[in-house]
Amino acid sequence: MSLDKNEIAKRIAKELKDGYYVNLGIGIPTLVANFIPKVIEVVLQSENGLLGIGPFPIKKELDADLINAGKQTVTYVKGAAFFDSATSFAMIRGGHIDLTVLGAFQVNERGDIASWKIPGKMIKGMGGAMDLVASAKNIIVAMTHTDRKGKSKLLKECNLPLTGVSCVKRIVTDIAVVDITPAGFKLIERAPGVSVEEIVEKTEAPIIVNGDIPQMQL
Amino acid sequence: MNKTVMDAFEALRGLEDNMTLMLGGFGLCGIPEKAIQAMHNLGVKGLTCISNNAGVDDFGLGILLERHQIKKMISSYVGENAEFERQLLSGELEVELNPQGTLAERCRAGGAGIPAFFVPAGYGTEIAEGKEIRKFNGKMFLLETALTADFAIVKAWKGDTAGNLIYRHTANNFNNMMAMAGKITIAEVEELVPAGELDPNCIHTPGIFVQRVFQGEKYEKRIEFATTSD
Repeated sequence: MSLDKNEIAKRIAKELKDGYYVNLGIGIPTLVANFIPKVIEVVLQSENGLLGIGPFPIKKELDADLINAGKQTVTYVKGAAFFDSATSFAMIRGGHIDLTVLGAFQVNERGDIASWKIPGKMIKGMGGAMDLVASAKNIIVAMTHTDRKGKSKLLKECNLPLTGVSCVKRIVTDIAVVDITPAGFKLIERAPGVSVEEIVEKTEAPIIVNGDIPQMQL
Repeated sequence: MNKTVMDAFEALRGLEDNMTLMLGGFGLCGIPEKAIQAMHNLGVKGLTCISNNAGVDDFGLGILLERHQIKKMISSYVGENAEFERQLLSGELEVELNPQGTLAERCRAGGAGIPAFFVPAGYGTEIAEGKEIRKFNGKMFLLETALTADFAIVKAWKGDTAGNLIYRHTANNFNNMMAMAGKITIAEVEELVPAGELDPNCIHTPGIFVQRVFQGEKYEKRIEFATTSD
């Protein structure tokens, strides 16, 4: 069984460690916040100028001056701080963020990522993604393993405009956890009930499979 | 030094066609909605707008796009605006997309007298085309240049007659550094008080950067995506 969005987020939440400052991108990455283990303390950064994102507000506490980078209304936690965009990207560019989780259209076997533009079809802009992938110490991509037409998103070469090069460390998809190593993609875990053969078949680039591949613990 | 003007129209005195503007805000959060409405009414054209986003179809910069008042946008993210996408794909609108942190730093540098600086964002991508690339400590960086504007137009929560500004929550975003980078900086505020009433320890933008300040009436402060937990 392939994972749904929430299960992908749940698996990624296991990557968070106590004391981490984390930037979560739009989409599946935002859902990771719902699965942070209660026993650890993690501070979420939003690049529009908030350190310490809280849950979505209740209706009567909606505040137009309090949004996340996806432009959704949020709240802030105790100990939060607000700041301007230059300070925010000083945190990012300066390497103060421990982990970045973001979505992607494609990732190649060297860890290049394409996530911001589909020529002729869609241009929304890169937002903060280029800054984040160029500077974060650790980058995890959350995405489905294949696109809607069934084409692999884990490629030898990306064919869409790049967001950054040699930056992605790990990919969590609906069927697998895959690391980017100097030798290329390496299979780390498989989704419950998904075979290694299916993952290899749905990965366009070669993927290293060493020994028994454990199932994800969700 | 009293920087107070009556309203957005007086604040925009000297604004002409084909000028370059900076406009603060992230999405619809912290945008100078009164000055944008006034520019819509004035009908100035051929504007180059430096702004992280382009508003939505009927609010924020979207209303200037709709009247074809904008010639060029310098932004980082322009989604959620159908008219923008249409003008972009048809070639009516020129767009320069910057990584968000690079855009923020270009504004800060412009205000701080730094003509150019190196950043890692965009190395190996189409953003790097035509830019000087240099290696520092084993890592590759692009040379990016500063931005300035004929008018920088920002929105603050509180301001005083000396032009000191305080922003609220995430409505600070690009406002603070854009305020530094305008030949003329206009600040519209929700509450304008006499100099001396704001705590000097809490000022985000010191008044030296601001030439004109006015209090806007009845802020709409529209929410783009109202997400709630109940």
